Amino acid sequence: MLELKHIEKNYNRLPLLEDVSFSVGKDETVCILGPSGGGKSTLLRIIAGLEKPAAGQVLWDGREISTVPPHLREFGLMFQDYALFPHLNVFDNIAFGLQMHQLAEDEINRRVEEALEIISLRQVADRSVTDLSGGEKQRVAFARALAPKPNLLMLDEPMGSLDRALRDQLIKELHMLISKMDIPVIYVTHDQEEAFSIADRILILHEGRIVQSGSPQYIYTHPADLWVASFFGLNNRLEGKICSIDPVTAETAIGKIAFSCSKQTFSIGAAVDLVILPTAISIKENSYGLNYFEGRIIENIFKGNNFVIRVGIQESAEFSFQTIKLYPKGKEVGFTIDPDSILCFKRKR
Amino acid sequence: MKILENRQQWSLFWIFPILFIVGFYFLPMASILGHTFASGSDSVLTNQINWTIAGRVVGFTFYQASLSTLITLLVGLPSAYLFGRFSFRGKNLLRILSTLPFILPTVVVAAGFNALIGPKGWLNLLIMDILQISTPPIRLLNSMPAILIAHVFYNTSIVIRVVGTAWEQLDQKLENAARMLGATPNNVFWKVTFPLLLPSILSATVLVFLFNFTSFGVILMMGGAAYTTIEVEIYIQTMQFLNLKMAGILSLIQLTFSMLLTFLSLRISGDRNVPIIPMIEGEGLRKPDSLLEKLFVYILTALLIILLVSPTAALLFRSISTFSMSNSIGGMASLGLTLENYRGLFFNDRHSLFFVPPIAALRNSVLFAAASMTTALILGIMISVSSSKNERSNKYLGFLVMLPLGTSAVTLGLGYLSAFSSTPNSIRWFPILIPMVHALIALPFVIRIIQPVIQSIPANLHEAAMTLGVPERQLWKHIDLPLIRKSLATAAIYAFAISLGEFGATSFLIRPEFPTLPIAIFRYLNLPGGKNYGKAMAMAAILLIICGIGFFIIERLQIKVKGENQ
Repeated sequence: MLELKHIEKNYNRLPLLEDVSFSVGKDETVCILGPSGGGKSTLLRIIAGLEKPAAGQVLWDGREISTVPPHLREFGLMFQDYALFPHLNVFDNIAFGLQMHQLAEDEINRRVEEALEIISLRQVADRSVTDLSGGEKQRVAFARALAPKPNLLMLDEPMGSLDRALRDQLIKELHMLISKMDIPVIYVTHDQEEAFSIADRILILHEGRIVQSGSPQYIYTHPADLWVASFFGLNNRLEGKICSIDPVTAETAIGKIAFSCSKQTFSIGAAVDLVILPTAISIKENSYGLNYFEGRIIENIFKGNNFVIRVGIQESAEFSFQTIKLYPKGKEVGFTIDPDSILCFKRKR
Repeated sequence: MKILENRQQWSLFWIFPILFIVGFYFLPMASILGHTFASGSDSVLTNQINWTIAGRVVGFTFYQASLSTLITLLVGLPSAYLFGRFSFRGKNLLRILSTLPFILPTVVVAAGFNALIGPKGWLNLLIMDILQISTPPIRLLNSMPAILIAHVFYNTSIVIRVVGTAWEQLDQKLENAARMLGATPNNVFWKVTFPLLLPSILSATVLVFLFNFTSFGVILMMGGAAYTTIEVEIYIQTMQFLNLKMAGILSLIQLTFSMLLTFLSLRISGDRNVPIIPMIEGEGLRKPDSLLEKLFVYILTALLIILLVSPTAALLFRSISTFSMSNSIGGMASLGLTLENYRGLFFNDRHSLFFVPPIAALRNSVLFAAASMTTALILGIMISVSSSKNERSNKYLGFLVMLPLGTSAVTLGLGYLSAFSSTPNSIRWFPILIPMVHALIALPFVIRIIQPVIQSIPANLHEAAMTLGVPERQLWKHIDLPLIRKSLATAAIYAFAISLGEFGATSFLIRPEFPTLPIAIFRYLNLPGGKNYGKAMAMAAILLIICGIGFFIIERLQIKVKGENQ
């Protein structure tokens, strides 16, 4: 089991990582998710031993490993842009780690063949890695990192430079391969969809701090703060003041909105930020009552299976959400907001 | 109709350079062949080939070139590591200093080392002063170590430039990947770093060997009579024994080897496979961390600064210093600052070597340099443009213009002498010949600077300009010229500096009443007497300053170009 305790790292005297602590259990897949420049790769490099933390501990099975050099840690790292050795062919790239571990040649051949089999690239064994396509390179890098049977596998933006369609396909394959392994995996990405489809647990790293951790479903529906919400693209926001406690209701620019926030207690007059999940909004013509509003369609974007429409309410708020039907631009519509799908964040002063 | 017109117009762009190369390269080379293998007509006893001398000279050339290359690598490879993997204070200055030798003429370097370790140099003066003796104790000049030091001075820069750059651009992720796969630091170097750097190490080695192999001025001025390489022997056979046959055969030997080496060097640099991944500048660099690394960085930096700065600094200070040896016992030398050396340049001494004041050499050099720069630039632009227009022209013309690169300056000088001096017109031709041979020598450099820039101008830029209302005939003015302006200026300065400092070919073609600066420096250095030495120092300092200014401008241009790209 990997455990990080209070890791600190500075870059040019600015904090790059601040008090980062987490652990990764046996056969758990943890995604470190966050925007680029948030310190994700540095964190991986610290775990790998390629960089030293300014403070804090890295423990493996309870043993402090800060002084163990990278080549003795037996961790696998798949680099961003793959870092395949251009002077070696596919076979020798995968064999490299096995040779470094001084395995017998028969064993090396067997294990490389096996690895090539897994990534279904047997036919390119003799090819130069510079001739491979992006997807093939990615798979070779994966096989190379796995071949020495590392105790921990780290993947740094493994889908980095691949195009969308290929990416979806490879994420599926990678998910299958990873779920078959019984070692801890740390997957670094800036892409939430990737993280959601791979991770058992997600850590969100923002400006060097872990701002939230939890299962994909939980953190998407319960973002810890406004930043996380907007990182997930939840941009239907309203500012308001609590005007009633039971049911909890806030006075906003578009009127009163009721929401159910069982975990928090509010006092009248408290300033809050509300984030309305896109799934909370449904169009209901000619309705009335609680959380019913009217607006005008500003934009509709065709998305294949559905439409994303943007509705403006009295020029003081705009909400985006999905609809099955096409609503023409300029049309007046009425809609309701489900009180259970409204997130509420207390304003910090 | 229009296409035809265009084709005729462009054909001028390659016909003219080809005529130039045929006339001023192939004709002289053919003339050497002719003189060497002409049989019977020469009954002069001296015009014989002495194979013993030839064998000895070829052997020594290989020996000194190999030894120089080896020592250069010993200094250069650690320096390349220093540049490729560390960031430290003063690195930028050191980088600029390390490129200075590229533009320093051999006479300046020779004069610089003379001012440092020569009989009238600083080191000897210092020791003489301390030990109170009147004869110079260090006799480094005219020795093998002097040749080696000068070659290391010149060529360490090449290793730093070629290998250091490759090292810096070597994606450090590859080394990290190897570490993650269990490679020990030793294995990381031998299994990953070294194989990836090997092409650039080989390329640098061949280039350094080539330069050492064809080195002329350094050997002549620092090795003295005891050390003759092929180049020096060609010079001696031609200028002293008038044995063109012997000189010719040596030139052919030289040409064969240097062509092979040039070809090899171009081949190696062609299939370099260092992964150059677009990265943040300085991504792979780190500050020296451990004590060992700090020692390495500081000691090597100090050594490089001493190696690179001391000859030029010694030269500058020596040119404004005067020494008078007192006649009293003990022979105290007294040091003073003076401009006497510079003043002396304006007088036509009674015992003057030339019939003109030495300063005239500066005027001659500048005139020649301006003419060769203009010629080289015009030819360079023609060749680069025609290569970008036409695939075939690119291939063949590109090969033709690189030929002079594999031909030593001395061989060119000999060729010009044997091709053009047999005609009665030779005296009238002479002022043209020097700029022509200088232009020929500068041409490969000019092309290497401007051709990539011209070729990198995307075609759609022209198309965009035309859709925005630029007539086709004005594309050149509105698009190309502004884009290549800086590299054109860089090429111009290079060509000017090359001509200004050219010594090898010039030494064959010069007339005593028309000395160039390098020739005058060489002659004055070889004359006895403090005054002549001082004049040589002053002239070398002037040459150094002019080249230094040119170098400074080039550096500035490069920085600006870099800034624009970001």
